[in-house]
Amino acid sequence: MDLTTIGAAIAAFTGIGAGIGIGIATSKAVDAVARQPEADGKIMKLLLLGCALAEATAIYGFVVAIMILFT
Amino acid sequence: MDIGGLLKELLLEDKVLIHFDFMNGFFDINKSIVVTWGIIIVLTLFLLFITSNMKMHDISRKQLVAEFIAEKLRGITLGMLGEEALRYRDYMVVVLVFIATSNLVGLVGQTPPTMDLNVTAALSLMSIILVEAAGIKKKGVKKWLKAFAEPMAVVAPMNVLELAIRPLSLCMRLFGNIIGATVIMELLKMAVPIIVPAAFSVYFDIFDGLIQAYVFVFLTSLYIKEAVE
Repeated sequence: MDLTTIGAAIAAFTGIGAGIGIGIATSKAVDAVARQPEADGKIMKLLLLGCALAEATAIYGFVVAIMILFT
Repeated sequence: MDIGGLLKELLLEDKVLIHFDFMNGFFDINKSIVVTWGIIIVLTLFLLFITSNMKMHDISRKQLVAEFIAEKLRGITLGMLGEEALRYRDYMVVVLVFIATSNLVGLVGQTPPTMDLNVTAALSLMSIILVEAAGIKKKGVKKWLKAFAEPMAVVAPMNVLELAIRPLSLCMRLFGNIIGATVIMELLKMAVPIIVPAAFSVYFDIFDGLIQAYVFVFLTSLYIKEAVE
């Protein structure tokens, strides 16, 4: 058992932040659509963008984990 | 199942496709570059075909399609850039189309060029150079330097750091998303070889690739918009 594997596993914890972020963004988007159903398209666009940005932190964790494992 | 071996094969594969011996050293052409050439040739041929024989009156159906595509793409980037930075519109359209095709090239069995860190690094460097050049062109060197100390002089180090952070995050986001999608798809294909990968492929190969192209262009336009304000 090698400590590098544990390091990579710790890097995978970035997923927590991304999950919370996407959850908050989606709940706010649902609120907004419930309040103003006619602004549907605009909200959808912003939600997709926000999710992609929040997801990026998880992706950074993934990249770091790969760097730890394969270099 | 040999997951470790599969990951090694995916991530550490030899990227060099063509190898030249050049005097004392060597000159390598990576696989991603050759795939990029292919994309360029296909896109150029498509554009030459669709824009040939254009007319002012009683236009053909082909020209209608060409005009529709151009209008749509320009509309997307116009919404992101705003009136101030309208001159950078066509560059953003080109980057959007290029990244979207690169991400989708996995569908025809090639490795996406954006899976190579060098390609995404080059794209993000082009973006940051364009952003700073737009700022200098709009404000002049003196005002551009002064803009680093806004809104307060205390935040100047942060603003200078942003010069490096912005391209790094753009580059890592695109690269990580594409390689992550590819790794997940390969693992899935190993676990369940039939039917299930097809459904996930729609999300990971098509949807994710297009969203990432959009996000890349959106962020670059946002930075340009901020720089010319």
